[in-house]
Amino acid sequence: MKALFNESVLSLRTPEGMEFTLPLAGPVSRLIALWVDLLGVGLITSLINRLIDFIAVFSADIAGALQVLVFFAVSLLYGILCEWLWQGQTVGKRVLGIRVMDRDGLPMTAAQIVVRNLLRPVDMLPIFYLVGGATALFSRYGQRIGDMAANTVVVRSVEVAVPDIRQLFAGKFNSLLEHPHLAARLRQRVAPAVAGIALDALLRRETLDPEARVRVFAELAAKLRPLVEFPAEAVEGLSDEHFVRNAIEIVYRGGK
Amino acid sequence: MILDLPRFLSNARPVWDELEKYLDELENSPDLQWDLAQTERFYRLYQHASAHLAEVRHLTAERELGRYLENLVARAYARIYVRAGSKRRFAFWHWFTVQFPGAVRAHSRALALSIGITLLGCLFGAAAVQFDKTAKTAIMPFGHGQQTPSERVKKEMDDRGKHLSGKQARFSGQLITNNTRVSFFALGLGMTFGLGTLIVLFYNGVILGSIVLDYVVDGQTMFLLGWLLPHGSIEIPAILLAGQAGLVLGHAMIGWGNREPRRLRLRRVMPDLMTLAGGIALMMIWAGIIESFMSQYHEPVLPYSVKIAFGTLELLALIVFLVRSGRDEGAV
Repeated sequence: MKALFNESVLSLRTPEGMEFTLPLAGPVSRLIALWVDLLGVGLITSLINRLIDFIAVFSADIAGALQVLVFFAVSLLYGILCEWLWQGQTVGKRVLGIRVMDRDGLPMTAAQIVVRNLLRPVDMLPIFYLVGGATALFSRYGQRIGDMAANTVVVRSVEVAVPDIRQLFAGKFNSLLEHPHLAARLRQRVAPAVAGIALDALLRRETLDPEARVRVFAELAAKLRPLVEFPAEAVEGLSDEHFVRNAIEIVYRGGK
Repeated sequence: MILDLPRFLSNARPVWDELEKYLDELENSPDLQWDLAQTERFYRLYQHASAHLAEVRHLTAERELGRYLENLVARAYARIYVRAGSKRRFAFWHWFTVQFPGAVRAHSRALALSIGITLLGCLFGAAAVQFDKTAKTAIMPFGHGQQTPSERVKKEMDDRGKHLSGKQARFSGQLITNNTRVSFFALGLGMTFGLGTLIVLFYNGVILGSIVLDYVVDGQTMFLLGWLLPHGSIEIPAILLAGQAGLVLGHAMIGWGNREPRRLRLRRVMPDLMTLAGGIALMMIWAGIIESFMSQYHEPVLPYSVKIAFGTLELLALIVFLVRSGRDEGAV
C-alpha cells in the first residue's frame, strides 16, 4: 500500500552531483515491523521476568521493583539499542527488510536514534499510534513525529544483484545475425526506451504468468518487427519471445 | 545511443565487486580503520560506480542495472559522508560532568521560560485553592483534595511509614518509570511548537502551587518541606529541564531569528536534547529512590530537620553542579 500524499522514493544528490533514489518503506510494512517489535519487547520482558522470579524468593519487593523497571527499560531501550547496533534496524525492521536512516541518506547518529525513539509516546497518542500513523501517511517522506524531529526516514533495504546479461544470450543461435546489414539497421533504429523495456522483460520473464508472458512479448515484438524487415527464412518459426531475445542481443551486443 | 551492455558489464563488474567487498567489510565492522591508500581506493571506486550509474541512466532504460548501481552508490555515499561524531565512543563521566551541565547552560533562556511558566502555574493553582474551595478536589492528585493537610499529617504520624513497609522498592520503581515517562512526554510535546510543553509545565505548576498553599495555610509548612524537599529538590528541577528540552525543540520547530531550514535547526539541537533526556532520566532515578525510601517517612521515624537539611543540600549541590561543572573543560 502506498501512502496517501507522500513520495515513494527519497531522491538524493551527492556532493559530486550524482543523483540517486532510495525506496521509502510503506505504512503497512512499518506497521507489521512494529507488531513484530512489540512481540519482541514482550518476549524479552517475560524472559527477564522469569529470572527475576528467582529474586522474589529472597525479596518480593525488590523483584516487584525490578519487574516495573525492566518493562520500562526494555520498551524504551529496545528500539535505541537495536537501531544503534544494527544500523537503523530492529528485529521487526529486519524481518520486513526496512531500515531507518538519516534524511540525507547517511547512517543515523546516536542523537537521531535517541530522539526518534524518545518521541514515540507522542506518536502513540491518543491510542494505537494514531498521531504517528496519520503524520506518516500525510507527510512527504512518510515520517512520523519522531522521524521529523530526528530528520530520519524509513527506507526499504533492497538487495539487487547485477543482471546476468551474458547468461541471457549465451549459447543460443541467433538467426538475425546471419544478416549483418539488417542487424546494424535494427541497432540504429531501435529507441533506447523500447530496448530497455525489452531487456527488462527478458530478464524478468520467468516471473511472469504464462499468459502475461505471451502478451508482453507479443506487444514488444509488434514494436520491434516493423523497424527492419528481415528475410522470411530468418524469422520463420521464431516465437515473439524468441524474436525479441534475438533483436535485443543485436541491440546490446552489436554484431558480435 | 545504446550501450554495449556485455562489454560495459565486463569492464565495470570488477570495480563494483571490489567496491562491494570494501562496503561489506565496513558494514560488518563499523570501527574498522583503513590506511590512506585503502581510503583513497575506496573513494576512487565510489567515483567510478557513480560514473557508471550516470552512464547507465543516460544511455539505456535498463532499470535493473540502474537499481543495482543506485544501491551501490547509496551504500558507498553513506559511508563516505558519514557525519562527524557518529562513531564517537561514549564516555559516561565526561558526558555527565561536562556535556550534561553544558547543555543545560547552553539553553538557559529556555530553562528560564520553563521555570517562569511553572511559577505562573503555581500562582494560578495557589490562587484557585485560596479563592475557590471547590477547586481543591478538582486540581489535586492522589486524593490530596479529599482531606485537610492536618488530617493527612496526623495519619502519616500514626502510621509511621507502615503503609509502605515491604513495598518501598516497588513504589520507587513505579515513581521512576512514571516520572521519567511524563518528563519525556513533556520533551516530546516540543514538536507541537512548544505549546504542549507549556501546557504540561503550567499544569504541573498549578498542582504544585495548590498543594503548597493548602499545607502552608493549614500550618503544616514543616511537614510539607520535609515531605517534598528530599525528592522534590531533584524531581522538580528534572521536570523543569524536561520543559527546557521541550521548549528547545519547540524553538527549533518555530525558528524565530533563524533562517535555516527547519531540518537543519532540528539537527543542531538534537545532541543537546539527547543529553538533556539522559540527565533527566538519571535525576528521576535518584528522585524515585529518595521519594520511596526517605520522603514517605515522617516524624517521629525521621525528623523533619534531617529531611529538610538533606533536601536543601541536594538542591544546592544540583545548582552548583549545573552552573559550574564542566566550565573548565570548555563547556558553555
